[in-house]
This record gives sequence, C-alpha cells and structure tokens, in this order.
Amino acid sequence: MSTTVPPPDVQPELTEPAAPAGPGLEHDAERAESRRGFLIGLPSYAYLVAFFATPLLIVIVYSFASRSVRGATVLAGWNLDSYARMTDSLVLTIAWRSLWIATVTTLVCLLVAYPFAYYLATRPARSRAVLLVLVMIPFWSNFLVRTYAWRMLLGGDGPFTRLLHAIGFTDAQLLFTPTGVLIGLVYGYLPFMILPLYAAIERLDHSLVEAARDLYASGWQAFWKVTWPLSRPGVIAGSILVFIPSFGAYVTPEILGGRGSTMLGSYIARQFIGTASDWPFGSALSVTILVLMMVAATAYFRSGGKNL
Amino acid sequence: MSVLEMPGSGGADVAEDSLARPKKAVDRLLAGNAWLVFAFLYLPILVLIVYSFNDNQRVGIWTEPSLRWYGEMFGNARVLDALWNSIRVALVSTVVATILGTAAGLSMERFRYRGQRAFDGLLYLPVIIPDITMAVMLLLFFVQAFDLIFLATGIQFSRGIGTIMLAHIAFNISFVALVVRARLAGLDGALEEAAADLYANRWQAFRRVTLPLIAPGVAGGALLALTLSLDDVVITEFVSGAGSTTLPVYVFGSLRRGVTPLINAVSVLMLLGSIGLVLLSLAVSRRREGSGG
Repeated sequence: MSTTVPPPDVQPELTEPAAPAGPGLEHDAERAESRRGFLIGLPSYAYLVAFFATPLLIVIVYSFASRSVRGATVLAGWNLDSYARMTDSLVLTIAWRSLWIATVTTLVCLLVAYPFAYYLATRPARSRAVLLVLVMIPFWSNFLVRTYAWRMLLGGDGPFTRLLHAIGFTDAQLLFTPTGVLIGLVYGYLPFMILPLYAAIERLDHSLVEAARDLYASGWQAFWKVTWPLSRPGVIAGSILVFIPSFGAYVTPEILGGRGSTMLGSYIARQFIGTASDWPFGSALSVTILVLMMVAATAYFRSGGKNL
Repeated sequence: MSVLEMPGSGGADVAEDSLARPKKAVDRLLAGNAWLVFAFLYLPILVLIVYSFNDNQRVGIWTEPSLRWYGEMFGNARVLDALWNSIRVALVSTVVATILGTAAGLSMERFRYRGQRAFDGLLYLPVIIPDITMAVMLLLFFVQAFDLIFLATGIQFSRGIGTIMLAHIAFNISFVALVVRARLAGLDGALEEAAADLYANRWQAFRRVTLPLIAPGVAGGALLALTLSLDDVVITEFVSGAGSTTLPVYVFGSLRRGVTPLINAVSVLMLLGSIGLVLLSLAVSRRREGSGG
C-alpha cells in the first residue's frame, strides 16, 4: 500500500504572489487559501461526522447502558456490566479462538505471499503487468461468493476431504470446522498480503542486493540482511490488512464454520440480529475490538510506518 | 493505497545477468509456488462457474450441463428485486462518494489548515475499522435517530434502501479520498502553479489542469467504490430493513438456510459483474496511458 502520507510539516506552496506583496497581504492570502481548503473538505467531513463519528459515539454510549427485563436496551442506569461480562469463559474462549485463527491466517498468508510477491516483482515489466492483473481479478471479485465456493470444495464429497480420506485420515472433516474457516480466511485475504508486499519489493533498489553479493554475501545472507529489512513496511502493512478483518470475521465463519468455530465477529452479530439480542453487550464487544485495532494501527504509525 | 490502485508496472527490471537475480533452482521454487498460488486463487471460481451449469437439484453432484438455474434466476422476483436494489445503491453511493471523496482528497493533499489532523483521522478510520464494528455503529445510529425523529415530528422512518445508501456513502468516501490523494501526492504541484502564472483562475486551473491529471485516480476511486458497494454484506445486512436487501445479503441469507444450485447461478452473475468491472477499468486506464494523458 503506498498512500504515502506526506510529512505534515511540509507546506506546499501553491500561491506565489504575482507582485511583491507586504507580509500582511501574504498572510491574508495564506489564510484565504487555508479557508478554501477547509471549505472544499467540509461536505465530506460533515458527512463523516454525521454518519461515522456520531454512530461511533452512540455505540460507546450503548456499551454503558442497561437492559430491561424483556431484553430491550434502556438508556439509563449506566454501568460497566457489559465490559465485566467479557471475562466470561465463553467470551474468553471465542476471543482466544479469534486471536488464534487470525494469527495463523496472517502467518500463512505471509509465508505464501512473500515468495509469490518476490517472484512477481522480479519478472520483466510486461509479464509483471499481466501477472498482477491475474491477482487483481479474484481480489476484486465478490468476497462472499468466493468464500461460498469453498463450501463445495471443502464439503464431504469435495476433492480435499476425499484426498484426506484416501491417504488415511478417514474421519477428517474440513467444512464446518475451524480449519475450514482458516482456509476461507487465507483465501479471502491473501491478496491483501500479496499487494503491499509486491509494492514494497518492487520498489526496493536491487543494486543494494548486488552490492551485498559483490561483498561476498551469500544469496541467503543478501536476502536476510538487505531484501527482508527493506521489504518490512510491506510485511507490516500486509499483516495489519490481513489480521484486522480476520480477527473480526463474520461472513467466513458463518459460511464455512460450525458450532465450534464461532469467532468474535459472528458472536457480536448474534447480539444484534438473532436470538441473543443484547445490544449493550454487543456494543461493548465492538468498542473493545475497535480500541484494540486502533492501538495496533497507532503502534504501526508510531513505529515509523507511513504507508497503509 | 497501492492495494486499491490498478496495477502499474513502474519498477525497474532486474537485469538478466544481475547478481540480484535468484539462482536457477530458487527461481524454479518461486515459480512453482507462484503457480500453486494462482491455482489456489482460481480453483473456487472455476468450480463455481462449472457447477452453475449443473442440472442436478443437489449442489455437489454432477449430472449434465444445462442453463436451468440461470432460467430460474431470471424468473425469481426476489433475486431480481435484490439485483435492482444492489444496482441502485451502488450507483447512488458511487456518484456521491466519488464527488465528496475527491473533494476530501484534494483538501487533504493540497491545502494546510487547522484541524486537518483530526479530519485526517476521521477519513482513515472507516478504512481500518472492522466491518462488524461499523455495521453495529450504523445500526444503533439509525435506530436511535429514527426514534428521535419520531418523538420530535411523529414521522416514522424505517431502515431500507435509503439507509443502505447512506451507509455505503459513509465507507466509500474514505476509500475514494485515499485513492485520489495517492494520485495527487505523486503529481507535480508546479503544473498548477504554471496554470496560475498564465492567469488561469482557481476553477480554470482545477478544471483544465488538476482534474485531467487526477482523472485516473478519480476513476479508480469510483470503481473501487462501485465494487465495495456491490460486495458489501455485513454493513448492508445490519442497516437494511425487511424487503430491502441487496444481492449479496440475499445470497448470504439463502446460504444460511442451505445451499441451492440457484445460488450458484446468482454467484456467477455477481462474479462476472465484478470481473467485468475490473477488465473495463483496465481497458480505460490503458487507453488513457496510450493517449499520453
């Protein structure tokens, strides 16, 4: 990902005064320019304040609300009960499972995508463009539909289960298990790992690797001491992009998972649509996930990451 | 975000005889891995397409090829309604989000003013927030807002296609803004200054210089918005009301009840739709590059 966030202190000079102007005039022009920039952005910001910041605030408020006997949310009697419930063993089990599945998904994606991205980035420009399009096509295709396709592939009479049975794992099951969810998540989010890695590796200066080789580094040493550190921004960006949606996954466990593979995303959803219907508790869970994600993202930006 | 941009081939080639090139054996391994990854990426898509032409009532058992399920799909009122909803939502949210997002990208990249950092955060947040959190937020927001409106005016609003559009615009603005901004960051500001030196007013400089230069970014952002809108399940499911579902939400709901071959046909329709969009955008961006613009 290469949205290079510009260093905030660099002031792009757009208005060059046509005639020599006094400092007062220049200052006025600058202020008019600032105001213009603000006004151009204003409609979008107003929209996001109305339909993003306000909803965010409401979720936070709901997470401290209580429930009536019939299960309706009561916006009074503020308390921390919903947060306290997170230490329930069921919640902890689900949270632990989400963390575990998301971590493995991220690692598998990294392991598969790094050599793949490296291969792509070192092809000649022409084939590189074609190969990249071939990655983009599934990436832009509907996520739900692509996940659904795995239901046929992982099912009892699907090729993978049959193969497992044939080689001796006679009671192996993939669909409706955490393994099935894991496969679905790796499949769904692999492009999120490939593309930032590709961008990072393609951008790095290959003459540095040559220099390392000239100084008698082995191919492995050159990779480990030069290529890998230089591609780290891609590794981190890709990992964040895979980890966050995997951790909060809802669609994939719903389609490919079973009773023993509920993840936090589906658990939250169940608090709103479905039988559980506990809005304050669902809100508290959402707020917690959000805070965790923001801490992770902030840590990334603080550590010097500029691209996301 | 290069993830969100269309592929380009900017980097320099690694020369054939360069020491930076992996050894033959390593190269073979890399190539092998690459073909496995491609197989992995395309296998489900191909299986889905093949099985959508299957005549059998049951999904996994192949009998003979037929167009039966496509026929049923186009005769199914609920599918057609959902399709029509999807198209309307995607078009409206794409147009609005592209205009607002482009303005936000410009404002962010070309100007400096107080409070900009806060806006920056507001613009980034919808991109990194998990779907489910945004879905929950918007659900509670609409419930709460409609309650207040009812108390104040006695008019009862309910969730439906309008709320879906409002929600899609909310997440699409950020994505469009990021893509446009990335495009602007790579441009030379001197071109706009030159236009100003030649007595273009602000609007003329924007219309004649900046806009054509960022057009590929705007088009890319619009395409991304269109795709995200046509794709979204989680947020849409939460903010839609009875009888106002989009195609993905309809499919998701059907999948929970059990798989039918009809869903295969619908899925293939959706797949082809998004693949068509990608190819279209590639064709457009290639032509633009070709004409030197």
